[in-house]
Amino acid sequence: MKAFVLSIIALVLITVGANQILMQSGFSSAVAGSSSDNVRLSD
Amino acid sequence: MLRLLSLLALMWSLAVPAIAQEGPVDPRVSTGGAQTLEDILRRQEGLAIDDSFRSGLTGNPDAAAATVDQLGTLGGVSDSDLWRAFRYGSADISTQARNPAAKTLIQDGGMWWLKYREGPLLTIAIYLLGGTLVLLALFYMIRGRIRIHGEKTGRTMIRFKTFERFGHWLLATSFIALGITGLISLFGRKVLIPAFGHEAFSSLAIISKWVHNNISWAFVVALVIIFVAWAVHNLPDRTDLRWLAKAGGLFGGEHPPAKKFNAGQKLIFWSVIVLGGSISLSGLSLLFPFEFNLFGHTFSTLNSWGVPGLFGVQDLPYPLEPQEEMQYAQLWHALVSLVLTAIILAHIYLGSVGMEGAFDAMGKGEVEEQWAREHHSIWAQEVLDSKTFGKESN
Repeated sequence: MKAFVLSIIALVLITVGANQILMQSGFSSAVAGSSSDNVRLSD
Repeated sequence: MLRLLSLLALMWSLAVPAIAQEGPVDPRVSTGGAQTLEDILRRQEGLAIDDSFRSGLTGNPDAAAATVDQLGTLGGVSDSDLWRAFRYGSADISTQARNPAAKTLIQDGGMWWLKYREGPLLTIAIYLLGGTLVLLALFYMIRGRIRIHGEKTGRTMIRFKTFERFGHWLLATSFIALGITGLISLFGRKVLIPAFGHEAFSSLAIISKWVHNNISWAFVVALVIIFVAWAVHNLPDRTDLRWLAKAGGLFGGEHPPAKKFNAGQKLIFWSVIVLGGSISLSGLSLLFPFEFNLFGHTFSTLNSWGVPGLFGVQDLPYPLEPQEEMQYAQLWHALVSLVLTAIILAHIYLGSVGMEGAFDAMGKGEVEEQWAREHHSIWAQEVLDSKTFGKESN
């Protein structure tokens, strides 16, 4: 039972942690596939 | 004489067209160069067609009428030429998007993938998972629960340490979550949207995607843990042959001798490592789109070795469009996951309702000594000889 509870805690920590790291590193295809270079954002 | 010459002239005039017809005939004369009914039928059957009659027909600005002439074109290429150039990837496209796939405006092969994903892939999933559950139910009805035959001793033996069970449960819980969310994604458009509507499925899909993408890392970590913990115990040896010859005693009779893991468990272990590793790799490719191209290079290598020819099929497609890489990764990810899920369903059955005393191994970490003697006799004897008993049960 102890091992199972520990695995659930680890599961939640790894899942949330991975999401935070990936969000901050800008991994998404939307971020990787776009650029503001040479784009006129305002007149 | 004049009549004879007239007759010869008539025969010559009739013979010339006949001779001309014996030469190579363009099959697309009747359609003015467009595709024929035969082309369409072959395409519908999924057979390869020679597309050169239109893939190269993308306009020649040098041969076009000058734009300055009266009634001249607005450019050197017609709309049809331009769309064909898009379709066959020969158009000169410039874009500010940095995505590797941004320059592919029309991806012809995508229709095959979409049809396969919406049809046969779902059918395979239903038959594989449904069939496995039916077979397990039948096995349970015929064979019943595999009982501990001998008299229980009341003593227990330590089967798995906390670290081992931690790795197992991390793998199990992440796999179940990945399986459920993966099936939600797979059956969303065809089953869940018609059943629950777009709005309800939208929320479910967003949650599923978040869980699937992020929990996958826990699966990879757990995969490494169980590999480190158990790989050495799962190396094949002679006892596995005897165990397999008796089918592990599953269908009655004595349980053949086994070490810490029997041959059936070893097969499951290596299935999890190999298939789970492959699923992780293709999942990584899908998680970081266009960054890890796994299939183009693999197909090229297999073609160079002549592997497709050994099976009597055409060479595998190469080179692949960036989108095709993702499509093959998705299909591979789904198919291998379905196979592993079917194997794991059998594992869950045998580890719970299918066998008395089996769940304790992972639940408590300790097993009844008699259970160990019956199912893992060599391992049990080794443990008993080394006097490493667990605590006595009440």
